Amino acid sequence: MSQQVQPTKQQFLTLALETDVSTTMQLFENAGNWQERYRQIMLLGKTLPKLQDELRNESAQVKGCESNAWLHHCEIEGKHYFVADSDARIVKGLIALLLIACNGKTSAEIALFDPNPYFKQLGLEGQLSPSRTNGLLALAKAIKSESE
Amino acid sequence: MDLTMLRSQFPALAQSNNGYPLCYLDTAATSQKPQQVIDAMNHYYHFDNANVHRAAHLLSARATTQYEAVRDKLCQFIQARRREEIIFTHGTTEAINIVANGLTSQLKLGDLILIDAAAHHANIVPWQELAKRTGAIIKPIPLTTDCRLDSAAFDTLLLEKPAIVALGHVSNVLGTVNPVSNLVAKAKQVGAITLVDGAQAIAHMSVDVQDIDCDFYVFSGHKMYGPTGIGVLYGRFALLDSLSPLMTGGEMIKTVSFSGTEFNQLPNRLEAGTPPIAEVIGLGAAIDFIDAQPKAQVSAAEQTLLIYLQDSLKALGDVVLYGAHSDNLGAVAFNLAAEHHQDVGILLDQQGIAVRCGHHCAMPLMQSLQLNGCCRASIGIYTNKADIDNFITAMQSVKELLL
Ligand SMILES: Cc1ncc(COP(=O)(O)O)c(C=O)c1O
Repeated sequence: MSQQVQPTKQQFLTLALETDVSTTMQLFENAGNWQERYRQIMLLGKTLPKLQDELRNESAQVKGCESNAWLHHCEIEGKHYFVADSDARIVKGLIALLLIACNGKTSAEIALFDPNPYFKQLGLEGQLSPSRTNGLLALAKAIKSESE
Repeated sequence: MDLTMLRSQFPALAQSNNGYPLCYLDTAATSQKPQQVIDAMNHYYHFDNANVHRAAHLLSARATTQYEAVRDKLCQFIQARRREEIIFTHGTTEAINIVANGLTSQLKLGDLILIDAAAHHANIVPWQELAKRTGAIIKPIPLTTDCRLDSAAFDTLLLEKPAIVALGHVSNVLGTVNPVSNLVAKAKQVGAITLVDGAQAIAHMSVDVQDIDCDFYVFSGHKMYGPTGIGVLYGRFALLDSLSPLMTGGEMIKTVSFSGTEFNQLPNRLEAGTPPIAEVIGLGAAIDFIDAQPKAQVSAAEQTLLIYLQDSLKALGDVVLYGAHSDNLGAVAFNLAAEHHQDVGILLDQQGIAVRCGHHCAMPLMQSLQLNGCCRASIGIYTNKADIDNFITAMQSVKELLL
């Protein structure tokens, strides 16, 4: 295992996503057009803190993204917490959508989470395709495998 | 001739996405194919499918005749001296690998290989591997601040008497054009072997390999309205004949026995195995398609369109263009202010605009521009003013969302 820097327990626990899956779904359902959906995605991305340079390290990097994306994970009292960032704003927003569904959840809850219907309901199913270079699928897989 | 009719010959361009008509500005990655290319390949599979050079039956004779006729067409198309100088490959990448691998025994420790700093990875990595095998040294030929090859720096590097000079003809990212005849002439004066990567030139200009006078010229069928899986290696006969084959096996031999094998002559010597026959025939149809167009009119129209694209992007504001000169061909590289190229790409995709965003297989070029990546819009024979206008309208929406 590499000895690279990890966020502190405090950093993991302070990620406060002030929303949940059903509110988010409602938000996206109310979005009248793609512009509004992507505006919401970027706003959600802004709720994730910017990762300090020392946490943007190799071991946290998620492969399969055209942009750089980093994902840190830790388990605290049976729940999984994530700290993540990307240098592309839409990718960061897509990560936020994943974390809304998975952050602070148990292994069993995350195992039950299926990103396909979730992104489909959000009207973003195209973004989850393995042939896209946004890395969303790789991120979803990373979240799932780290919380097994 | 009315060039607007050309577009209707490309069936893939008729579709729409998300309610937006497809706006295909990714021709530099691969061009769309005209109906006659699709028909030629279909016809071959329907009626003439047989292996080439092998059987004593009618079908094989028909397939072989069509296959070899494309070699003759290519010979004319790029003004090679003899048909044996045309080798079919899978694409530009394989063609450069055949050369770089084939020269292994001709290079020695400390020999110098000069590579265009704007080169595509396909024109870098095979040379790096050759250098690993032989102990040769690689030096990039740098670019000037306006993204053209630095000819003064090139002259200085030539004093070191390079063994090989590998150039791009047209940059796949920037669309800048190298004065290859002039660069090759200088390289030849110091005795270098020259290779020109014509992948991005071949669809946009007439190529005359005797005029360029390079030793090797390579390109891909799929970027010139032909199929994927087929490309061309042109080589000056004597040098081409001196390459040791990258691939060995059937087709490329004269006699085989367990006491020793004798290789066939060119071109077969470098075409081991069953070739992509339908693709060769499709490439032949692509050449017919190009040859049937009024060349001067087409290139003038493409040039007008490219300049219109550059100017419209500039007029949009907050757009940074890289190496955008009026004599470029085919492509424009840009970023929207400091926004990530992928965000721009995703938002353009929402509007049915197909552009490429990333490092474009030219990481060293990105490093010299100090970029993580950029967006590239590229045009072809079927691109029209409405495509550019749609793209600019879409960029306006992207700008409103991101800035
Ligand atoms: C300049 C240049 N060289 C080489 C290549 C590689 O071509 P291919 O992938 O067809 O082998 C490309 C295409 O991406 C290119 O643009």
